[in-house]
Amino acid sequence: MAKNLVTPKLISEFNRFCPGCGHGLIAKMIAQVLEERGVEDDAIQVYAVGCSCFISTVIKADSIQAQHGRAPAVASGVRRARPDAVVYTYQGDGDAAAIGLSESLYAAYRNENTTAIFVNNGVFGMTGGQMAPTTLEGQKTATSIYGRNTELTGQPFKLAELIAQMPVAYVERCSLANAKLIAQTKRAIGKAFDNQLAGKGYSFVEILSPCPTNWHMDPVKAYKKLEEVVAEEYKLGVLKDSKEDSK
Amino acid sequence: MKKLVIYKNRCKACGFCIDQCPKDALSFGEEFNDSGYAAVVSDENLCIKCGTCYRVCPDSVFELIEE
Amino acid sequence: MRTLMKGNDAVSEAAIRAGCRFFSGYPITPQSEIVEYMSWRLDEVGGSFVQSESELSGISMIYGAAACGLRTMGSSSGPGFDLIQEGIGYIVSAELPTLLVDVVRYGNGLGEIVPAQSDYWQVVKNGAHGDYHCLVFAPASVQEAVDLVSHAYDKSEEYLNPAILYYDGAIGQMMEPIVLPEMKEHDPDQFAWSIKGRGGEPQKQVTSKCYYEYTTPESYVENLRTKYAAIEKNEQMWESYLTEDADLIIVAYGIMSRTCKEAINVARKQGLKVGMIRPITLYPYPVNAFASLPDNLKGVVSVEMSALGQMVEDVRLAVNGRKPVYNYATGKMIPDTEEFISYVKNVLEGKEESV
Repeated sequence: MAKNLVTPKLISEFNRFCPGCGHGLIAKMIAQVLEERGVEDDAIQVYAVGCSCFISTVIKADSIQAQHGRAPAVASGVRRARPDAVVYTYQGDGDAAAIGLSESLYAAYRNENTTAIFVNNGVFGMTGGQMAPTTLEGQKTATSIYGRNTELTGQPFKLAELIAQMPVAYVERCSLANAKLIAQTKRAIGKAFDNQLAGKGYSFVEILSPCPTNWHMDPVKAYKKLEEVVAEEYKLGVLKDSKEDSK
Repeated sequence: MKKLVIYKNRCKACGFCIDQCPKDALSFGEEFNDSGYAAVVSDENLCIKCGTCYRVCPDSVFELIEE
Repeated sequence: MRTLMKGNDAVSEAAIRAGCRFFSGYPITPQSEIVEYMSWRLDEVGGSFVQSESELSGISMIYGAAACGLRTMGSSSGPGFDLIQEGIGYIVSAELPTLLVDVVRYGNGLGEIVPAQSDYWQVVKNGAHGDYHCLVFAPASVQEAVDLVSHAYDKSEEYLNPAILYYDGAIGQMMEPIVLPEMKEHDPDQFAWSIKGRGGEPQKQVTSKCYYEYTTPESYVENLRTKYAAIEKNEQMWESYLTEDADLIIVAYGIMSRTCKEAINVARKQGLKVGMIRPITLYPYPVNAFASLPDNLKGVVSVEMSALGQMVEDVRLAVNGRKPVYNYATGKMIPDTEEFISYVKNVLEGKEESV
């Protein structure tokens, strides 16, 4: 008999994300990955501030809310306090790449044996769609109303590439653009947790995700934009895999 | 025999499943759910129970179970 | 057994013996010895030490470990302690215990590394935003610092609120003979709230208590008022020295109280009836020490190593208009006995202005 496809037990029935928001989908895949490995009762999720903070109401694992940007540091404390737990961070792009860049880089630099899920939707979502470091060139946001001027504000920020410079286990950039890429995203999340369970060190998965509300787009068009526009700037694929590197 | 279960009250009518369904079996329904969204419905004659909607839905609207 | 130890080292060892098993911090004079001591000592007892990339990150790691029920410690000084404030605010809001050490240096901004008491406002009034206080303990000797460590942990866990050990660089740097406490074990799983993964239980959330526990405006306010009222009622600590017959009462804490005590002894020999109230807790402020003032009392002098005089505000509140209050703020200097006694004489002769 084929396996039933059911909602993971960790996932709450309703969530507070906007229609079409990628956070719900990523949450479901994390929950699936934890349950498939039988570690949902050992999981400790550390999140911070922004739309990503709703994760603790969607994934019903033990949770700690860090200060804005500090989830990787809080998780580093948790890692030492609970050596046997499955510890992961869940952060958006404003959180991990702007205010928390230092904590993001140093957790990777220490090669903490944790899993980092980084959701890149190119804007500050919760505060109303302001420009993030990850905002595309020319993209209109609440703080770049004529489109992002990269001469003044810098180029779209590539956190995965930076993390890949660190002595970490694994870095991959994925996308939610379509069913195939979503399946690949789930495989990447799975690998990031398998690495932790095997004690291999820091694994980082960047996930390109739509924000239909703040992109002012129909959700289906927002997913199309991920495929046609966002992936042009943010190349998908494995940026670091220490096992392959050592071959 | 597999059965597609649709939890219509979880649906926010984003339409991503409709876009991704390989058989065009999904569409917005005529009725609004408790949150006021035109929840998605499936055409049983077209659905091949492939599970794509389950995999792409951000809001856990779908389950595919063996009857 | 008595042993000779530097203040910062002794406080570190006392924390280890109180069961502290996690420390994260960043070097800054005059507290660096704590970071250095913990770096090797925690390893010996199976704990964890992380030299963090910043104090922001260090206090965040402490927050994470404290959420898991460990006894944790952080320490810093001056501008480093500024960065710790963000984490204090969150630890307060999540109602977790921790012990932080502020080894005070002088001046604003980067300032200077010389000892001072000029961060009273920051630690006592609250350096982060919101409605809270940290429990603040101000030892006057290395032995008292050691003794307060275990007490501070107990109170921090009792009230689920961070505690601060607040002393100047002199107490941090000087060596004194001390008796260390016995080694104590701390079980992080003794708390119902400690995070370890659900283990089949319902989900636990560590975040601001206003989201899950005190969800109505009334219950949130009630919880805060009840907690801090209980602390203020039950946790005041102070030492009164020759106050019963005093014409003048000095109020001084930490290193300054030792200078004052010596000056009081000299003044007494000269026939000047001077006494002292030495606050040991700065929050809660020991207002009970001021409950009955001698009828013959001519005034109360707040003495502090700061430029403006910070504690004097709390002295005025405690005296509450019953007697004149004087502000003797010394900047970064520890005044010598002669200078201090001449000030005391001036006050008694009505030559100084009260605040």
